[in-house]
This record gives sequence, C-alpha cells and structure tokens, in this order.
Amino acid sequence: MNIVVLVKQVPDSGAERTLRESDHTVDREVADNVINEMDDYAIEEALRLQEAHGGEVTVMTMGPQRAAESIRKALSMGPDKAVHIRDDALAGSCALATSAVLAAALRDLNPDLVLCGAEATDGRVQAVPHMLSERLGIAALTGARKLTVDGSTLTVERQTDEGYEVVVAQAPAVVSVWDTINEPRYPSFKGIMAAKKKPVTELSLADLGIEPSEVGAAGASSAVVDHRGRPPRSAGQKITDEGDGGAKLVEFLASEKFV
Amino acid sequence: MSEVLVVVEQVDGTLKKVTLEMLTLARELGEPAAVVMGAPGTAASVADKLGQYGATRIYAAESEEIDGYLVSPKAAALAALVSQVQPAAVLLGATQEGKEIAGRVAVKLDNGLLTDISGLASDGTATQVVFAGSTIVTSKVTRGFPLATLRPNSLTPSPAEEAASPEVTPIEFTLDKSDTRARIVERVAEAKGARPELTEASVVVSGGRGVGSAENFTLVEELADLLGGAVGASRAATDSGFYPHQFQVGQTGKTVSPQLYIALGISGAIQHRAGMQTSKTIVAVNKDAEAPIFELADFGVIGDLFTVVPQTVEELRKRG
Ligand SMILES: Cc1cc2nc3c(=O)[nH]c(=O)nc-3n(C[C@H](O)[C@H](O)[C@H](O)COP(=O)(O)OP(=O)(O)OC[C@H]3O[C@@H](n4cnc5c(N)ncnc54)[C@H](O)[C@@H]3O)c2cc1C
Ligand SMILES: Nc1ncnc2c1ncn2[C@@H]1O[C@H](COP(=O)(O)O)[C@@H](O)[C@H]1O
Repeated sequence: MNIVVLVKQVPDSGAERTLRESDHTVDREVADNVINEMDDYAIEEALRLQEAHGGEVTVMTMGPQRAAESIRKALSMGPDKAVHIRDDALAGSCALATSAVLAAALRDLNPDLVLCGAEATDGRVQAVPHMLSERLGIAALTGARKLTVDGSTLTVERQTDEGYEVVVAQAPAVVSVWDTINEPRYPSFKGIMAAKKKPVTELSLADLGIEPSEVGAAGASSAVVDHRGRPPRSAGQKITDEGDGGAKLVEFLASEKFV
Repeated sequence: MSEVLVVVEQVDGTLKKVTLEMLTLARELGEPAAVVMGAPGTAASVADKLGQYGATRIYAAESEEIDGYLVSPKAAALAALVSQVQPAAVLLGATQEGKEIAGRVAVKLDNGLLTDISGLASDGTATQVVFAGSTIVTSKVTRGFPLATLRPNSLTPSPAEEAASPEVTPIEFTLDKSDTRARIVERVAEAKGARPELTEASVVVSGGRGVGSAENFTLVEELADLLGGAVGASRAATDSGFYPHQFQVGQTGKTVSPQLYIALGISGAIQHRAGMQTSKTIVAVNKDAEAPIFELADFGVIGDLFTVVPQTVEELRKRG
C-alpha cells in the first residue's frame, strides 16, 4: 500500500502568532515554525500501516523554502521520501488553491491512501481533506480516531459530537486523523541521520501545469481586508482562599446574575 | 430580497443552537431560507421551530443516500440548490460536518470560503477571531457569493417578531458514483446525559490535571449540573483518561464561547486559552497563584479545588 502523508508547516501554536501589517497574511518570519501537530499523527499512522502491509510512505508539503526543515523532521520519523511543492507564486494561497495544487501533485503520485491531519492549527479550516476528495473523485474518511485496513477496504471510527460513526470506503481514499488515533514516535538518532539522505523532490507550479495566476494572493478566492489585535483580557479580582473561597465565588456568581 | 440559505443542523428533531443563531443572522441579511438534509421526515420534524425563527421557506433533501453516506451527497444537494436559487449568502455551522460540506461546495462552485466567522455584514464582510483569540480579522469572499461557517455561540438567537409558516420545497439534485463512496455503517451514541452540548452551553465548567482522577471529575460534573452547564476538560485531563476526549476544550479540541467559563485545576496554557478565551466571564480556581489562567480570569480563587468547589456546591444548594 503506497501512502502519501500531507504535512503542513505552521507557526507554533504555543507561541505568539501575528498577521503581517502589509498584507494581512500569517507572519511566518517572527514565529517558530513547526509541523502542524495533527500531521505528526498522520505520519505515525502511515508508518504503522507500512509496518503491517508494506509499501512506501511519501511525505508531501506545499510551502516556502523554510518548510524544508519540517520535511527533514518528518522524514526522521521514518518515511521513505518527500515531495516539496514550492513556488514564489504560492504565497498567500487560499484553501481552494492549496487543494488544487496538492490534488495535481497527488494525481501524478496516484497513491492508495492519502493521510492528513484533521485540521491545521493556523487556519483551522478543516476543509482541505474534503476538497482533495472532491477534486480527485475519491472517498474522504475524515476525523478518524481509529483506522483499520483490510485489503482495499478502509474502516474508520469518526468522532462526532454525539459519539462516533463507523464509516467504510474502498481505497484509494483520503483519511484525516485526530490526535486520539495513536501516539507519534520520536525520531531516533539513526532516523535523524538517515533523513539527511532521503530523496526530496522539488516541484514548481510549471511542473504541475498550474498557472501562477490561479494561486497565491493573485488567485485567492477570499481576502483579509483588515485585522487588529483583540484587546487583551485583563485580570479581574483575585482572592486567596481563607476558608471562605467557595462562598466568595458564589457571591461573585450572584453579583453577575449567574445564580 | 434575496434568499440567505441556512444549512440546518439538528439531532432527533431538535435544532442545534447554531442553527437558530444562523437564522437570526440571516434575517439581518435577507430572506432566511432553511436547508434541511437528512433522512425522510426530518424537515417536517423541525418546520415549526424553523418558522418561529423566521425561515420563510424550507428546501429539503431527504433520502437514504443523504443520511447514509458521509457529507458528499449533502454537498451535491446544496451545490445544486445554490445554482438554482442564486442566494445572497450561504451559512453553515462551524462544526465538523458544516466545515466539510462547505469545503466541498467551495470546490464544486469554485467559490471562496470563510471559516469560523463570528459575524457577517450585509456587504459580505465577515469577522473572525483567530490565533487563540488574540486577533480579529475582517475578510471577504472575492470569488462568488459569501459562503461561510458560523462559530457556535457567536450571537444570541432570537425568534422572529412574526413566525413564518415555511413551505417545504424538495431540492432537485442528482448523485454520481463518487458521492456515495464513504458509507456510514454504524452510528454509536456515547452517554452524555442531560447536559447541554459543550459548544452551545451558556455555562461551561472545565477540569484540568489538578482534578487528579476520573472519579474526582464527579465534582466538576456536580458544579456544572447546579449551574445548568456543560462539562469540559483540558488536554492534560483527557490525555490522562480523566474525561472523554470529545469534551476537550482548546486548540485541538472544542472552541467554546459561553457566558460563564469556570476553570478548575487548569493552568491556562496558550493552547487551552485558544478554546475559551472569548468566554464572556471567566472564573478560575487554582492553588498556584502564578498560574497564567489568572491573567484572564474575571474572578480567581487561589486555593485547593477540593475545598473550594465542595463549598461552592454547598452554597449553591443553600440558595436552592
Ligand atoms: C499543539 C498542541 C495542542 C494542544 N491543544 C490543547 C487543547 O486543545 N486543550 C488543552 O487544554 N491543552 C492543549 N495542549 C496542551 C497544553 O499545552 C497544556 O499542556 C494543557 O492545557 C495543560 O492542562 P492542565 O492545565 O490541565 O494541566 P497543568 O498545566 O498540569 O495544570 C494543572 C493545574 O492544576 C493546578 N492544581 C493542581 N492541583 C490542584 C488543586 N488541588 N486545586 C487547585 N489547583 C490545582 C496546578 O497548580 C496547575 O496550574 C496542546 C499542546 C500542544 C503542543
Ligand atoms: N500547504 C499544505 N501542504 C501539505 N498539506 C497540507 C497543506 N495545507 C493543508 N494540508 C493538510 O490538510 C490538513 C487539514 O488542513 P486544513 O483543512 O487547512 O485545516 C492538514 O493537517 C494537512 O495534513
């Protein structure tokens, strides 16, 4: 089973993130950039499937030059090779354009399974997996907390607000995963050394037959018109419990008309 | 006036709160029309309530395929409807399914998509709160019509001044083979009890690592129940198995925006704040005076939650 794992580099969600004053796009210079956390779980799932069923695992990312660090980091966990889609014209791409570019590259690779994170922590769009499914005409099993592969039959437990759904499809398919699905491995020293020699194919828009005007800021289907900092919350009253903390808390709730 | 389509979310005939919010918003923007997609009989079960919130018409797609396959058939129906009626805007809930349907429709119609909005003006400008609540963005669709998903608890739903009696119009659409590739073979409800849905609740009481164990979470539940609230948890609490994962609040969990959020034994890491920072009033109980959660708490108690919370519960009981 050949698997492509989609990995996005995002600003670290644990650090302060900002938009650039000039064009309201995510400021990727000031933030520490990391692999989108959910994508680590997709990589882990791909490696487990490879261990059980064989085949190849390819990491694919669309992003600027600096995303190469995240590709090496992903490869150090164990995947065989990577594809880096990189083109200056891609800066500021919306989800629609991103999915068009990823779909074009996936068509060429023609994998049995595309694994990705359920959402990216920067935009929280949660739409790229379904957009890919729509473009490629293959099934999307999204929000998986469990994935079972039996021949070409894929079965997923999908978390819902009410409980979960069991959803079945035939490969090829896109499967997106939540962080409940597994526990990602840490790269070993050997893995880190090996990653340096693994093949990374760079693709430009021309390689994919996509016009620069269809992507990036030029081809965006939505635009940020303005942004401003939200006034930071200020701390209110803070008391130390001296045996009456609960009572004081209830007094506060009453003064705010919650009780 | 042009129609504003609102994609209805319901569970067993009860409308989700976000649906009522969307209808309330849609009334400001044009003529609200509800889109009901589900098993046969769904539209009839929610028609009255949709009318109370001003839906002048219901477009319905009701079939076994709509109900039995993941998302694609719903996207096909919605895209067909949009092409027929040319609405002024289309609103969906910013829920897993709402976002997924919206994503597919965006591709089908090559139309821009705005995710997780908290408001939409009649000129099509949307507001979004991003990056753990630190930044407010205004944005617009530049290709096509405003297609947006609304974050639950963004506004207070109110019934229309005059209730409508919406007529049900079936949506005409066809499905192709690629729409029925992901078959739902089972739906399992996990026990939730009578508590309100986490993202919709006006009060949320959350517990963190400080709660210490699954058994101790009954204390969190007790307080939540006295306040008519939902129970939430930090990732440390769900990862430690104190509470089920679907109740996690934060960056990789649910985003909540209640009137009152009570954090018990939660330090207030940035990823937790991402999911609760837009709550109206925040209360925290933590024994560490330096815990970052106090930086945003309107009322903070420095103390042991195992003495503060039982006293809170007792005082609330006294008040009846
Ligand atoms: C990419 C990423 C995504 C993440 N997503 C999320 C997310 O969605 N949601 C989330 O919550 N976290 C998330 N996290 C984890 C987050 O960084 C924190 O680790 C987590 O929120 C900590 O949970 P906590 O506050 O319960 O635990 P801790 O940080 O361990 O805090 C426990 C607190 O309880 C207090 N305490 C202990 N005992 C008592 C007592 N008896 N009485 C009163 N107070 C007591 C302590 O003083 C302490 O402040 C994410 C992390 C990453 C890297
Ligand atoms: N630029 C990108 N490069 C590679 N994968 C991506 C990219 N954008 C999104 N993805 C994948 O799609 C998932 C969902 O992203 P999103 O729909 O943006 O929330 C991510 O977890 C990634 O696996």
